[in-house]
Amino acid sequence: MADDVFKFPEGTITRAELMDLTMTHFLGKLREQYEIVRPIPSRRWQDKVILGEIVPGCTVLDLGCGRGELLGQLITDMGVKGQAVELDPEAAMAAMELGVPVLNLDLNEVLGDFPDHSFDYVILESTLQTLREPLRVMGEILRVGRRAIVSFPNFGHWRVRLDLAIRGRMPVTQGLPYGWYDTPNIHLFTLADFLDWCQASQVKLDQGFALVDGQVHPLMEDSNLSAEEVLVFLEKE
Amino acid sequence: MSVDGDEVKILHGPDHPLSVGWTKSQKMTLFEDSAQPLILESGGILGTVEVEYETYGRLNDLASNAVLVCHALTGDAHAAGWDQEPAGALREFRKKKPGWWDSMIGPGKAIDTKRFFVVCVNVLGSCYGSTGPGSLNSETGRPWGLSFPVVTVGDWARVQMELLTRLGVSKLCSVIGGSMGGQIGLELALAYPERVGSMIILSAGHRVTNQGLAFNAVGRHAIIHDHNFKSGDYYGGPSPLMGLAAARMMAQITYLSEESLGHKFGRRLRGKESPDFTLTEIEFEMESYLSHQAESFVRRYDANSYLYMTRAMDYYDAAEKWGQGDLTKTAARLKARTMVVSFTSDWLFPPELCRELVSAMCRAGCPVSYVNIPSRYGHDAFLVETEAVRRLITIFLKD
Repeated sequence: MADDVFKFPEGTITRAELMDLTMTHFLGKLREQYEIVRPIPSRRWQDKVILGEIVPGCTVLDLGCGRGELLGQLITDMGVKGQAVELDPEAAMAAMELGVPVLNLDLNEVLGDFPDHSFDYVILESTLQTLREPLRVMGEILRVGRRAIVSFPNFGHWRVRLDLAIRGRMPVTQGLPYGWYDTPNIHLFTLADFLDWCQASQVKLDQGFALVDGQVHPLMEDSNLSAEEVLVFLEKE
Repeated sequence: MSVDGDEVKILHGPDHPLSVGWTKSQKMTLFEDSAQPLILESGGILGTVEVEYETYGRLNDLASNAVLVCHALTGDAHAAGWDQEPAGALREFRKKKPGWWDSMIGPGKAIDTKRFFVVCVNVLGSCYGSTGPGSLNSETGRPWGLSFPVVTVGDWARVQMELLTRLGVSKLCSVIGGSMGGQIGLELALAYPERVGSMIILSAGHRVTNQGLAFNAVGRHAIIHDHNFKSGDYYGGPSPLMGLAAARMMAQITYLSEESLGHKFGRRLRGKESPDFTLTEIEFEMESYLSHQAESFVRRYDANSYLYMTRAMDYYDAAEKWGQGDLTKTAARLKARTMVVSFTSDWLFPPELCRELVSAMCRAGCPVSYVNIPSRYGHDAFLVETEAVRRLITIFLKD
């Protein structure tokens, strides 16, 4: 395969490596451009949407609450009765500091403790794709909460597709910032996959939001291609 | 280290700015109205009860800053600072160390005495100033001994609340306790839901485990079968020290973990390279440690009180008392903002037991915080893991 090797003063390179370099360069340029025009959200965009949608005085279970910014605000400003679950001890303590009651446990261990429909909302932000048994947890969430609020990175986003199709590499994007070897995202799926599951499982989509170019839009026909991240409000039919 | 602070880490002396300084125990007589004596859960009746307590900080004008700290099995009301004049042989140890939770209580500490009015009360039946088996029975003029009625965690909660009322506290800002003290805290929050604003329960649960119950039985067995015990009527003569020492040695093991025992002593021989092949002399560091612990303990504790304390812990079952055996029903009574803390290597009040209360609160719809702190110190961890506990208490008590 000698003709597949290109010789340069700096050394030699194979055709495959050259293709790869070119594509990486091209994608890098594309991305640079893209990052510059992209407004960076001041805080998790999902939190903003949720704060606008939740009724004051309701009950909320926040699974994987992180440092508790969302639930802290819901409790303080909207009189919500809240409970949070967070596995990371540092984050859990930060949330407690905001006055959020936190169970420093794996959510798989605690969901069984909550009775049917014991919360108006159960929130699961950017966690579903990290779970070993995502569907079992979805089932539990829809049992414990009257409504589920779920967000996830969309593996169907065009950039993800481009990375995979052209570079032949696992995509690394802002929504999916990890390498294949250290990613916590073990069950990646697209918006279309998720909606298929909803339909098959009698789960009704009440509302949906998509993050497109750093802007929040209602879910649309082409969201599976345009949405980097998705936030949905669900209900068991 | 031990659960009641036998080896309290001395952070500083009484003159240090973070210390509450020199302390003086206080006494209050309760139920002195002969028409309304204290009727105990066991059916026993005590007219006139004396309670020893200490307070640190000042009660604010609204009486809204009171924090009750509850001591563990063989603890006392001397929770912080340095005893000005330790009275009596049992309190000799106070000359060398500050109160059992001096690491947490003081100006600028986790339980900040600049903010809070902190109260610690010695429980009924103990030997540190509150009425107990070693006190004189006014009717006979002799020590009560085993004629002292059986007291329970519920009785303790009632007496402590009575004292707080007399101190002008109608609602506690918070109650904090570990081990047996955690049981008292829980009982207070269950019995007086409107009077307890928040609670922190460390290494404790709604009951002792089956193993805990068994260990307590062995401890009492050792005391009761000491030939000096004389049915508890030993005051004035030799005390059942051997029995009490055995009880303590065994209990001490339950306060540690396999790992902490290994870390402390492992299989190291005591001052020698090879064993002497003796059955009766000390061979291992472990034996030396246990007997040393027992020796210092019997100098500061009364055998009869040990029986009453362990019995009260045995009897306590919050689910039975408040929910006809249903812990969820019990938890539904709670109104206090709650934090439960367990430690991974604790096998006396293991994380699973602490979790039962937390789960029940979840089932009952009560918001709750729970942390299981990684620790190798076993049950002692709640007193040893000062950094983690300090942080959690500080966070929880934040405005």
